[in-house]
Amino acid sequence: MQPTDIQNPNYFHKVVDCQWACPAHTPVPEYIRLIAQERYTEAYMLNWDSNVFPGILGRTCDRPCEPACRRVRTEEKPVAICRLKRVAADNKGDVSDYMPRVPAVKNGKRIALIGAGPASLAVARDLLPLGYEVHLFEKDPYGGGMMRSQIPAFRLPIEVLDEEVNQILDMGVVCHFGEEITSMKAMLDMGFDAYFIGTGAPRGRDLDLPGRSEVDDFIHIGIDWLSSVAFGHIDAIEGKVIVMGGGNTAMDCCRTSLRLGAESVNVVVRSAFDVMKASEWEKEDAMREGIPIINNRPPKEFVHENGKLKGIVFECVEPVEENGRLKYVPSGEPDVFMEVDHVLMAIGQDNHCPWIERDIGLEFDKWDCPVLDEITFQSTNPKVFFGGDSAFGPENIIWASAHAHQAAISIHLMCEGKDLKADRPPEGVNLISTKMGMHEWAYDAAHDASGRNLVPLVAQEAALDDVKVEVELGFDQVLGAAEAQRCLNCDVQTVFTENLCIECDACVDICPMDCITFTGNAEEGDLRKRLTAPAPNAEQDLYVSEDLPTARVMVKDEDVCLHCGLCAERCPTNAWDMQRSVVHVPQLGSFAE
Amino acid sequence: MTFVAKPRTHHPLLPVNELGLTRRDYEGSVSTLCAGCGHDSVSAAIVQACAELSIPPHRFAKVSGIGCSSKTPSYFLNKSHGLNSVHGRMPSVMTGANLANRDLYCVGVSGDGDSASIGMGQFAHIVRRRINMLYVVDNNGTYGLTKGQFSATNDKGSTSKKGAPNLYEPIDLASMALQLGASFVARSFSGDKQQLVPLIKAALVHKGMAFIDVISPCVAFNNHNGSTKSYEHIRQHGQNVVNADYIADHEEITADYEPGTFEDVSMPDGSTLRLFKIDENYDPHDRVSALNYVQRRGQEGEVVTGLLYVDPDASDCHEILDTVQRPLNELQETDLCPGNDALQAVNESFR
Repeated sequence: MQPTDIQNPNYFHKVVDCQWACPAHTPVPEYIRLIAQERYTEAYMLNWDSNVFPGILGRTCDRPCEPACRRVRTEEKPVAICRLKRVAADNKGDVSDYMPRVPAVKNGKRIALIGAGPASLAVARDLLPLGYEVHLFEKDPYGGGMMRSQIPAFRLPIEVLDEEVNQILDMGVVCHFGEEITSMKAMLDMGFDAYFIGTGAPRGRDLDLPGRSEVDDFIHIGIDWLSSVAFGHIDAIEGKVIVMGGGNTAMDCCRTSLRLGAESVNVVVRSAFDVMKASEWEKEDAMREGIPIINNRPPKEFVHENGKLKGIVFECVEPVEENGRLKYVPSGEPDVFMEVDHVLMAIGQDNHCPWIERDIGLEFDKWDCPVLDEITFQSTNPKVFFGGDSAFGPENIIWASAHAHQAAISIHLMCEGKDLKADRPPEGVNLISTKMGMHEWAYDAAHDASGRNLVPLVAQEAALDDVKVEVELGFDQVLGAAEAQRCLNCDVQTVFTENLCIECDACVDICPMDCITFTGNAEEGDLRKRLTAPAPNAEQDLYVSEDLPTARVMVKDEDVCLHCGLCAERCPTNAWDMQRSVVHVPQLGSFAE
Repeated sequence: MTFVAKPRTHHPLLPVNELGLTRRDYEGSVSTLCAGCGHDSVSAAIVQACAELSIPPHRFAKVSGIGCSSKTPSYFLNKSHGLNSVHGRMPSVMTGANLANRDLYCVGVSGDGDSASIGMGQFAHIVRRRINMLYVVDNNGTYGLTKGQFSATNDKGSTSKKGAPNLYEPIDLASMALQLGASFVARSFSGDKQQLVPLIKAALVHKGMAFIDVISPCVAFNNHNGSTKSYEHIRQHGQNVVNADYIADHEEITADYEPGTFEDVSMPDGSTLRLFKIDENYDPHDRVSALNYVQRRGQEGEVVTGLLYVDPDASDCHEILDTVQRPLNELQETDLCPGNDALQAVNESFR
């Protein structure tokens, strides 16, 4: 193999699994260390810089970082990264002094943001410190978008949402709330320098089954219903409720129904439990509240009598694996009839932009999604950019933040008359040695083998009594500190310097995970089999040195390295050093280093 | 001194031996020797050999004397029996342990100071007594613990860290072991585990006195350009004569070897020691020619490594003394005192 190029910013970035997996590339180990040092405000700001909504995401994020966490591979359970983010948000002090300053004199460029969800808000935050005049258009009377309308208050308290939305609005956004945009053509005529569309994926899917049209009053589209609850238009649901669908919206619908007085709530899913779209923990939360999840039941028909819904007939299927894909075949059991008074449909949502005329040079693809450049988020109309769910379909808030950073860079480049791709700022990485003395490191190298801490909850009776009572209490400072210790500090990298190595084997002998091997070089597949411990996980890189005096190379398997620093600790010549990598992900107005 | 504790967490694919133990279960505490010390690699090789042989740790006895080398038994097999004894007196203590319990795997760890100076007499006599043990010398040619004076194994002309040359002829412990009657003699290098681990495995199952002289560089005081026991010097001047490959009895011999280049030696536990002669003229079964060869090459500045001599049919001290098969420490009073009737019968036979 060729020697590893550690100058490539992606090499060490990839070793920080959580940061690599995070769409916004939040520097997770760094903010966890700040929490361990009780520097909650700094931890919060580091988050705020990259993901914009730490308090909200600390409660609601889809957590792509956690399945990626190295502890899943070395032990079992990942670090509770998401809940630690909440620890930072809950315990932070006054952040006003940390906020970027917005110039009083503007730069003369006017930007229109359509839809006041997370994507638009994040674009506003990135552009305002550069002197842009930002106008935000929203049909609802408040900002927040789906964070307000679709995430129930028992998961995300209104105060937390308001705080982080207002942080941005108070930076000087010109708000046009309660103004629904009905024509993109008219918007374009207003002569803004750029337009960002972050209107989400607002159309919930319906199910066209026999009997559907006769029972309209009893069937509700999940996201619309949740929105009505959020804005106080609905405060009760009576009788037996069936939630159809297996995603996170379904979980929110069923738990909300339970709190609004439903006699019984069932979730019925056409697919198998393991392949449901809902996050594992959201399924657990629903089941803990006593809500049955019934799988492998595709609906067949709505049964009604005198214009009133009586129930639903479901077919019984079972999953069969065929060529690695799940296929559902009839299980042979008779169809099931379930009595129901109200049905909540949570079977997915789509992009829907009827207000964008199709003759203004803005193309849409066959799924009715805008045609976009995946790097710049620019549409076929050069002045119009998309982000969040409206770009590539429903995702999570963290994706909206990530899209927004890129779109903001593009808008800025365009306003400066630069090329959106060639002039894009590059990624970078800084390496800073953590060695402070003979055996002192600027990070807590000792490995903590303790298991994942559970988040305390409010008493269930109190939780189910009121839709606004937050279920999770969050980690307190003590639990937060304990959980923070579980982080492996993957951003403190094992950096190898060939010409210092005397090949004494001290690192090979001490490594608890058998990551290091000195051997003759070979092709990657061959090399992976010849290491001290086999390295079958090809997704994780091998770190290969230049040739050593014995014509061997040092090969380190990054897969299960604990970053405990023992290789550097036992190296007599400092050929190994533990160096903190700071990955620079391009972003406008970033202040964190 | 390393303050970070070695995590107990191990590689998820770490193999498990016949006893259900991983290699990590054979470790000791984290070394307090200087970082980069060759002795730590010797400890790691012992750990690996014992794990691969599935040795029950409670049947393993480790004894040492005084010195850097003699600290190392703390760093391997922490669930075994151990005694850190008096300077140069490891052989006496090991003899006692072996006589009391012949079922033990006995490993004595010593250094060039502990064996070639203060313990020279003890070394000579335990070899001569043919205790069934593995005698390992971590040989770095220097008194590291007292800051780098020349030891008795340091080569004439080799210099100190400051450049002063050594004026005395070295003692070659491997040659001495050959001359004194050891039935398994090897020399190896701490930086070459591919050679060292099979040697340790073979020595552990060998019945009789097995001696391994391990060149183990002192990274603090004897790893400089004027040293003949530095990592670099041994890598340049080490000359392997016979490679040994240890093959356990349950392992199928599948590797493809060129015919005629190796010789299989049956070991007492049913395993096989496969010897690869690197030098065609070398005979690892001829004590006198082996001694000659090692000495002559030594004169030329080469460090001969590998399995120097093996007598697979050797006997050990218990056979010479014709002791009972049961370990002596298990014999009860009823076994040892046959009673008055037997005594009378013995007395009667002399009348």
